[in-house]
Amino acid sequence: AASAQFQLAVPVAVVFAAGSVPRDLPRPLPFSDVQETEISVNSLRSSAVSRCQAVYRSATAREEAALDAAAAREADAALRLLQDTSLGSLTVYVVPETSSLLPQGISVYVGKHRSALVRAGGGLAALHARLQQLTQLMSFTSGSIAAALSDRVPDSQLGRDARRHLKSSLGYEITFSLLNPDPKSHAVDWDIEDAVNRYVQPILDKLSLVANFSVDSQILYYAVLGVTPRFDKETSSFLLSAHSLPHVINPVEARLGSSAASLYPVLNFLLYVPERSHSPLYIQDKDGTPVSTNAFHSPRWGGIMVYNVEAPASPQASLPLHVDVDMVRVMEVFLAQLRLLFGLSREELPPEFLLESPGNEGLADWELDRLLWAHTVENIATVSTTLTSLAQLLDKIGNIVIKDDVASEVYQAVASAQSAMAELATGHLHSAFQASKKAVTSSERAFFDPSLLHLLYFPDDQKFAIYIPLFLPMAVPILLSLAKIVREARQRKKEPTKMD
Amino acid sequence: VCTSRFWFNYRHVANTLSVYRSVKRLGIPDSHIVLMLADDMACNPRNPKPATVFSHKNMELNVYGDDVEVDYRSYEVTVENFLRVLTGRIPPSTPRSKRLLSDDRSNILIYMTGHGGNGFLKFQDSEEITNVELADAFEQMWQKRRYNELLFIIDTCQGASMYERFYSPNIMALASSQVGEDSLSHQPDLGIGVHLMDRYTFYVLEFLEEIHPASQTNMNDLFQVCPKSLCVSTPGHRTDLFQRDPQNVLITDFFGSVRKVEITTETISLDSDSAGFESKFPKDELAIEPLRYAEQLPVAQIIHQKPKQKDWHPPGGFILGLWALIIMVFFKTYGIKHMKHIF
Repeated sequence: AASAQFQLAVPVAVVFAAGSVPRDLPRPLPFSDVQETEISVNSLRSSAVSRCQAVYRSATAREEAALDAAAAREADAALRLLQDTSLGSLTVYVVPETSSLLPQGISVYVGKHRSALVRAGGGLAALHARLQQLTQLMSFTSGSIAAALSDRVPDSQLGRDARRHLKSSLGYEITFSLLNPDPKSHAVDWDIEDAVNRYVQPILDKLSLVANFSVDSQILYYAVLGVTPRFDKETSSFLLSAHSLPHVINPVEARLGSSAASLYPVLNFLLYVPERSHSPLYIQDKDGTPVSTNAFHSPRWGGIMVYNVEAPASPQASLPLHVDVDMVRVMEVFLAQLRLLFGLSREELPPEFLLESPGNEGLADWELDRLLWAHTVENIATVSTTLTSLAQLLDKIGNIVIKDDVASEVYQAVASAQSAMAELATGHLHSAFQASKKAVTSSERAFFDPSLLHLLYFPDDQKFAIYIPLFLPMAVPILLSLAKIVREARQRKKEPTKMD
Repeated sequence: VCTSRFWFNYRHVANTLSVYRSVKRLGIPDSHIVLMLADDMACNPRNPKPATVFSHKNMELNVYGDDVEVDYRSYEVTVENFLRVLTGRIPPSTPRSKRLLSDDRSNILIYMTGHGGNGFLKFQDSEEITNVELADAFEQMWQKRRYNELLFIIDTCQGASMYERFYSPNIMALASSQVGEDSLSHQPDLGIGVHLMDRYTFYVLEFLEEIHPASQTNMNDLFQVCPKSLCVSTPGHRTDLFQRDPQNVLITDFFGSVRKVEITTETISLDSDSAGFESKFPKDELAIEPLRYAEQLPVAQIIHQKPKQKDWHPPGGFILGLWALIIMVFFKTYGIKHMKHIF
């Protein structure tokens, strides 16, 4: 079993604005520093080391001007043009303690790109601690690396999050479905194409570095949920309790047509408009309170949102009611679910952190970086497991024939994986990710080549079992005659000497 | 997987279809089921009730119905295709419904029935799969993490021999009879003229009828199904490769599909007035020419084709050596003077 030692290098630039330089710096600015920390992944076969390559310098005049802005958001936008925006890098600006750039009570502001603003104070040790926190937030944590290596880590030691997120794949297919179980009462119209172009496409464009995405949509009529909701007299609404949610998905899945889709993993986003007789329908969480988003999602599958239509004003209103779906509300939930499926959630932050919302872009640059770090490590781990098991297969079946193209794929996979590891160690995330993607493609192609079926190659004992009954009876007279020939030849050789 | 064909093996098809029905009832959709059947029962000229396959005498339950989706039928049910499905080494032109697209979070249930022996299972009367091959296929699946946990059920004679050689982790196996015993069929139906079900599967199905998607019954109950008094053969099971205690494993973990679900508590905020939003990546409008059918059958080429010359290879070393040996022995035995009579 191959052991992999990952060296993940994060290039960080720490820029001190005037008046924020801590007094206890070891050397005068500018200087660079490398900090290595071991990331524990609890695996005998893998280890990871994180190298934080920090360059400390003071701010240039233009950066000072940008930091003079009124609010953190504008500063962030202005600074973006002045910083190194290559994938995987971070820039941290330290502002004086008294600066009004950060609101009260906030010590760290993380922007939409790859920079953060930190309030000075507490000396060098506090600064190092903040840097540590920021690297963990914006690049990777030991948990995310362990999750990426989950194939090689024993099951019992993985956290709860480890297997929830989508596995790294070369492409994903996203399907938006509108479920209308009651077309007689509701004629539902959704402008999905426009919504996809305006809200979904930007986030997919940003993620296009990670994988190929394809989007489709459909409308299903008379598709019901598998569970009957309960009627609640107090709120005169229907409720779906949290423990009945797992049973909702399966009856619908059969009708979603995912068997016609591509071979990539499919993410389904369903919008359910309840029947007139079951409106309004709310989803209850475990405490019994209705969920504000009225939606739930299933890891590695997709999400479902319930869209309630208001009752008609007068009972004599003509059915079917025309419903125009508010796509903004719907897309807010669907895109949040998409982010959660990929593992980009915004929980568990210390209270003094402020994160800028990425708005219509859907994804902050550093969130993309997080995804890329995790996927690169996962890809390299997958390549090494695949190639190891291919080698084991070849050891076991000695006479398997490896075609030339399979061999060249294997060589390419090895070369790409090695270059990916090297790029990771130097901090070039983009090229590391591309190399890891190439490595995974090659190794999968080599491993799943249809010619490697062990059934096609006969083990030696089967060959003996077939040929021995055929040739042994035939060989008996031949061998006996051969023995006779040899004896006669020897006798003849002896006779001439005797005659003399 | 039903590995038999021909009319007198009606019960194997009925077995498989009944298990298929139960699994669908408990929530697994067709896109997650690979069904391999010879499928020659419903339209068999000997079937007195065409388009039906019954699993209970007195024709109570038609398991064929309207929505049976058979993925591999008739002559496609071969050992090679079965192993290709398991290991994933499928030619790229295979449609999605014929593939096993599982990942490391999938629990897989494999049910096989047919005629078997000590260490092998007969496929369609022409080939067999050995327990070693099956164990190797499972190991290949484990190496690529194509399953999280695997439940293997086999209903054939001497079924326990098929799971003896498994060595990959997280596999639980159930068989209808031990080595040296035969699995017996349940009851003949006089109207149709053949046995309709095998005993083990019949009792397993009675057990599964009481399971619903939210049920909490565990695997230990499944192990108790069909004791020797009812089944005549002794069902066996193997759990040493399984990491969890069978007491804690729900039936619905394998037979049904209960997904893990989380409530969505976050939303992002979208600005609906972003009419002036330009994509960073300009979409290139590719001018594609109108699509036409490819020339699917090059008739002109086929008609005028000359038969392909097969390359002549000189006989290999083994054949040459054998002939040389035979000729040498012949002439030595009978004397070289006979040569001039030949030429």
